[in-house]
Amino acid sequence: MEKRVVFRSAWLPYALLAPQIAITIVFFFWPAAQAVWFAFQLQDAFGLNTEFVGLQNFAALFADQYYLASFRTTAIFSLLVASSGIAISLLLATMADRVLRGALAYKTLLIWPYAVAPAIAGVLWAFMFAPSIGIVTYVLKGMGVDWNWILKGDQAMLLVVIASVWKQISYNFLFFLAGLQSIPRSLIEAAAIDGAGPLRRFWTVVFPLLSPTTFFLLVVNIVYAFFDTFGVIDATTQGGPAQATQILVYKVYYDGVKAADLGGSSAQSVILMFIVITLTAIQFRYVERKVQY
Amino acid sequence: MRVRLLVAALGAAGAFAAPAQAQTEIQWWHSMGGALGDRVSELAGKFNASQKDYKVIATYKGQYPVSMTAAIAAFRAGNAPHILQVFEVGTATMMAAKGAIVPVATVMRNAREPFDPKAYLPTVAGYYTDLKGNMLSLPFNSSTALFYINKDAFKKAGLEPVAPKTWKELVTTAEKLKAAGQACPYTTSWPSWVHIENFSAWHNVPIGTRQNGMGGLDTTFTINSSLHVRHIAMLGDLAQKGLFSYAGRTNQGDAKFSSGECAMFTGSASAQAGIRKAGKVDWSVHFLPYHDDVKGAPQNSIIGGASLWVMASKGRKPDEYKGVAKFLSFLSRPEIQMEWHTKTGYVPITLAAFELTRKSGYYDGEPGAELTVKQLTNKPPTANSKGLRFGNFVQGREVIEEEMEAVFAGKKDAKTAMNDAVTRGNEVLRKFQAANK
Repeated sequence: MEKRVVFRSAWLPYALLAPQIAITIVFFFWPAAQAVWFAFQLQDAFGLNTEFVGLQNFAALFADQYYLASFRTTAIFSLLVASSGIAISLLLATMADRVLRGALAYKTLLIWPYAVAPAIAGVLWAFMFAPSIGIVTYVLKGMGVDWNWILKGDQAMLLVVIASVWKQISYNFLFFLAGLQSIPRSLIEAAAIDGAGPLRRFWTVVFPLLSPTTFFLLVVNIVYAFFDTFGVIDATTQGGPAQATQILVYKVYYDGVKAADLGGSSAQSVILMFIVITLTAIQFRYVERKVQY
Repeated sequence: MRVRLLVAALGAAGAFAAPAQAQTEIQWWHSMGGALGDRVSELAGKFNASQKDYKVIATYKGQYPVSMTAAIAAFRAGNAPHILQVFEVGTATMMAAKGAIVPVATVMRNAREPFDPKAYLPTVAGYYTDLKGNMLSLPFNSSTALFYINKDAFKKAGLEPVAPKTWKELVTTAEKLKAAGQACPYTTSWPSWVHIENFSAWHNVPIGTRQNGMGGLDTTFTINSSLHVRHIAMLGDLAQKGLFSYAGRTNQGDAKFSSGECAMFTGSASAQAGIRKAGKVDWSVHFLPYHDDVKGAPQNSIIGGASLWVMASKGRKPDEYKGVAKFLSFLSRPEIQMEWHTKTGYVPITLAAFELTRKSGYYDGEPGAELTVKQLTNKPPTANSKGLRFGNFVQGREVIEEEMEAVFAGKKDAKTAMNDAVTRGNEVLRKFQAANK
């Protein structure tokens, strides 16, 4: 039986779609177009003095060593967030899958952090890791580690990675758990009968069957690391110290809002858009080949 | 009968609506949150109660950068507020936006409100006045950088609770405190404002050419002079030795001092409210330390804080500007200034208000409050100590602070860092100049 809905009216489908399309145009396409337009202008904060300067904003960006450093920072940050996020949540999901007693409690607690807003997560972890008053700082001091993320760039990066990953683990966990539960028991049992140990069973049977989920989560995590971690960074390090945690999206905000440099900020938005489009395209073309549906 | 009742009801409703429309509304966007926000609302309420023609509506729009962005966006949409509180680093941006703002001097003149620029404290007004002597914005909440000591910590280390006057003395005191077990002898808030901007004015050396930027957009930074490098190198050295604990770029140092963690602290005069509220330390406040081998030091310090700008908008009626002028006059009244000053710790902006506060005996009970004005007026301001006016200085300050952080973390030596700060800072200035020529 055909599941497609057929409209007999010529205009009703368009009328039904119109509100959604209007919202998309007003809140997505129009600002994006304006950002592209602004990227080619040099203007003062109030827009009283606008000058078309072609690709000058882009040239200035690529000549700025701090902008280029920001690429590297973003790459490191997103790789760390995506890989640790997926690895940890996969581990937790496989463990939670085997638990029989108290399974609901574990699952609820593991899913809970997803409800926390990114900025709150950032502040939470910043408190625990605060150089003077943080609990973790106290423990670290006891172990002889000098923890001061306000001055040390690497430690600041570690802090924002931990805060970002903590949030995302819940989301990944949910998907992995669902994926694990959809794997037919008979396959795993067959492998066990054939003499495969638990680790072998996991890597040769379970993980390949999880690959659609893993691929999906990889895309989502990378986009999350690029954009949604803004709240974490703004609430904690604000790109510091000395730009150690200045990821591309934060720099866009900083240059646009704090420095009122709309041309530079728009140029950065355009570049960021191209990067994410390219990354997603690459992922779909190459990584998806390895996914077994 | 029904129709008559309906008409009567509508008429009554209309009568109720009418008086509300007769008052001209003045929108005031500010960034004073918490207790300060309550003080601001009180001010607006007092003005509204004192007359019937105008109603000032004070709205908290978030911190300074956010409210400024909101106002810029509102201006672009043709909806700018009448009065906007802008922090001191935004002065150059506001000044250059000639179509977006109306200088206070012009507003007062057009509204025929009595206005005497000489009645205002010179260091405070000078920051917001152009070289021709026209006041562009009304100073509202101005503070300066002061030096605080924790008397308990000094006594515990066996030292007299006397504040060091020079940086040399401070280093020796810090070493003694550390030797006696004080984990954090010294910290600071607002590193660039205290250690570069106020430092330069206090030692009568320029921060940038063209009178610290007041003379033109083609200014360049001069903060890589030997004195600046020497001072930052000294701080870096102290940081490496554990005598100086870096707290962050804003007022994070306040909490380190008010909690008793750090024994000495340089920060804003407005930190006093928080220190007093925490009530954990026996503290005293003093002039900033200086290098006594510099001729002319100590000169005078410069202000931080914010001022009130009057924004232009299409379709704004002269009556609205008259209301703004009346409100600005109201804010400048000595008794209003005295109340704002004593309740918040910010500087009174007029000499009359300062005199009134002095006569009331307030300073006898609160020596720290008078210190702010005394440090600002220590000597008549020179071209190096009237203030500063650098375009995009939000970015400029962050550049300077990034380089300072690199020195404190031991990643760069002071000379390279300050040279880099000058190079990167000048790029920011040139961008502003290009966008505003």
